[in-house]
Amino acid sequence: MKIAIASGKGGTGKTFFSVNLAHSLDRELLLLDCDVEEPNVNLFLKGELVEQRDSTLLVPQVDLDLCDGCRVCADFCQFNAIAVIRGVPLIFEDLCHGCGGCTLFCPQKAMDDTPHKIGVISHYHKGKISLIEGRLDVGKALAVPVIRDVKGDKEVAKHPLVILDAPPGTSCPVVWSLSGCDLAILVTEGTPFGLHDLKLAVETVREVGIPFGVVVNRDGLGDERVVTYCQEENIPVVGKIPNDREIATLYAQGKIVVDELPHYRALFTQIWENIASLAKGGRYERVQ
Amino acid sequence: MKGSNKLEELVILSGKGGTGKTTLTSAFAALSDSLVLADCDVDAADLHLILNPTIVKREPFVEGNEAIVDPKLCTGCGYSANFCRFDAFRKEDDGTYSIDTIRCEGCGVCVRLCPASAIKFEERHCGHWMVSKTRFGTLVHAHLQAAGENSGKLVTLVRKEARKIALEEGKKLLLVDGPPGIGCPVISSVTGADKVVLVTEPSLSGLHDLERVSRLAANFEIPVYVCVNKADIAPKLTKEIEKSVKESDNKFVGTIPYDEALVQAQIKGLSPMEYLSAAGRNHIEKLWENIWETN
Ligand code: SF4
Ligand code: SF4
Repeated sequence: MKIAIASGKGGTGKTFFSVNLAHSLDRELLLLDCDVEEPNVNLFLKGELVEQRDSTLLVPQVDLDLCDGCRVCADFCQFNAIAVIRGVPLIFEDLCHGCGGCTLFCPQKAMDDTPHKIGVISHYHKGKISLIEGRLDVGKALAVPVIRDVKGDKEVAKHPLVILDAPPGTSCPVVWSLSGCDLAILVTEGTPFGLHDLKLAVETVREVGIPFGVVVNRDGLGDERVVTYCQEENIPVVGKIPNDREIATLYAQGKIVVDELPHYRALFTQIWENIASLAKGGRYERVQ
Repeated sequence: MKGSNKLEELVILSGKGGTGKTTLTSAFAALSDSLVLADCDVDAADLHLILNPTIVKREPFVEGNEAIVDPKLCTGCGYSANFCRFDAFRKEDDGTYSIDTIRCEGCGVCVRLCPASAIKFEERHCGHWMVSKTRFGTLVHAHLQAAGENSGKLVTLVRKEARKIALEEGKKLLLVDGPPGIGCPVISSVTGADKVVLVTEPSLSGLHDLERVSRLAANFEIPVYVCVNKADIAPKLTKEIEKSVKESDNKFVGTIPYDEALVQAQIKGLSPMEYLSAAGRNHIEKLWENIWETN
C-alpha cells in the first residue's frame, strides 16, 4: 500500500505527520521524501546514510563535427532550451525537460543524450524505517524529474507499505507525487488559509483520482470551518491533532513526538486504523 | 524606499511554507502608503483572503501545449508511446491510446512521430490572472488550475503586470508574496528583485530551508533580510539563527513572538496591523524599519 501525505499549503505539519505516523507503526516500512525542494524527513528520522546517487536528467550534447547548423533542434524544442547562434547550437540545460526530441530529430545525428545532474537521491535507514530522499540541487528548476527518480527507485516495489511525503501546493510536483498512490491524506489546519488551501488540494487529488481523507493539525487553533467543509463535501476526517505547544517545541528541536509523549502514540495508532480502513474502502468511526 | 523615487521590489519568501509569509506580507502592506501588491504564490494564493479584493480585470493564462490523441484516427500502433519520456500514454480498452494530460509535459515528440497523424497539439489553459483593488493598493494575483504546471511563467507574468501598474501609478514599492520552495516559481519570483525578506521559524526544518533559500538568493546577488516568526517557541534556535545570519552576508531584522492573535486576525480577514495590540504591532513595525534602515 502506498499512502501519500500532502497539503495544499506548506507548514501545516505534513512532514511532522509522516514521520510520526511512521514511528508509531512499529513495522517495516519505506518513507519517500518527495518534497525535493525542501526535504526535511531525515532531520527528524536521523537515519544512517546507506546509499547515495545523483539524480540526473538526460539533456542533449552536440557534436560540432557532425552539426551543420540546420536549426531543426532549436525549432523543435518547446522549452526554448536550444538556440542556434552563428550556426552553433547552444543548450540551456536548466530549461531542458529531457524529452529527447532534439536528439531524435537531428538530421545529422549530431546530438547525444547525456546525464545532467539536478539532484541527489539518498537512502537512509533507522530501525524498521527505510527512507529514500530526493533533493533538488539549489539553482535547478525542475523538481519533477527528481520526484520521478525517488518514486522509480527499485527499492519501492519491495516494500508492502510506503508512506510518501509530498511537496506542498497543487501543481505538477504534487500531481507526480500523488499519482500511483492508493490513498492521500491531506494535512490541514483550521485557519482560513488552511481551509482555502485544503480546497485547492482537494481539487488536485480529485483530478488525480485517488481516495483521500483529511487530518486536522493544530486542532483548536482557528475555527470549525474546515471540519464543516469536510462534512459538506463528505470527506472523511481521519484524525485531529490538538494545538499543543509542547508538540511545537519538540518538533522545533527535531524530536519525534510519539516517542517523547506516549499519549500521542495512542492518537497516531488510532489515526492509522482510520487510514487503514479508509484504504480498504471500509467504514470507520468518525473522529469527534 | 524612504527618500528615493525609484520603485523598489521586495519579495517575501520562506523556503518552507507556513512560517507566516502571507501574514507578514499583509502586515507590511498596511505599513506602506505607496505600494502595489503581487501574490506570486500562485499555487496556493492566500493573500486575497486578507485583502478582500474587488476584481477589475481577469485574463486567462495559457502556457505551452498538450498532446491529445484523436481516438478516431488512432490505429493503436503504439509507436509514439515508446518515445514518451514522461510515461503519459495509456492504452484504452478499445486498443487506441490516450494521453494523460497531467503527465504530458507538452514536448511534442509524439505529435511529430505519430504515423497516423492522430495526435493534436493544443494550447494548454493553465489558469487565470487578475488585477484587483484592495484597501492597501492594487493587487495582481493569479489562480493556477489544479494540477497545472507551475513553470514560473505565471509568476513572471504576475510580477511584470504588477510592476507595470506600480510604475503607472507612481508607487514606490512593489511588495511580492513569494512561493514556497526553491524551484522554478521561486527563481522566477526573485530574478531582478531589489530585496528579499526571508520569514523563517525556529525549528530544525526552518533552519535547513532558510539555508537553502539564502543560497538561492545569493546566486542572484540580492540583499537578504531575515526575520524569525514564532521566535519564543524555541528561543535557543532563534539565537542560533540570528547568529548564523549575522555571520553571513544576510541581515537579521528581528523576531516576532508566537501570537494566536495572528490567527484571529486571519479569521477576521484583517492585516495584523489592523488587529494586534500596540505591543504586537510594534514587533512588526520594528522589522519593517530595520529592513529599510540597514541599507
Ligand atoms: S538539428 Fe542537429 S545538425 Fe541541426 S542544428 Fe541541431 S544539432 Fe545541429
Ligand atoms: S531534450 Fe527536449 S527539452 Fe531538452 S533541449 Fe532537446 S528538445 Fe528541448
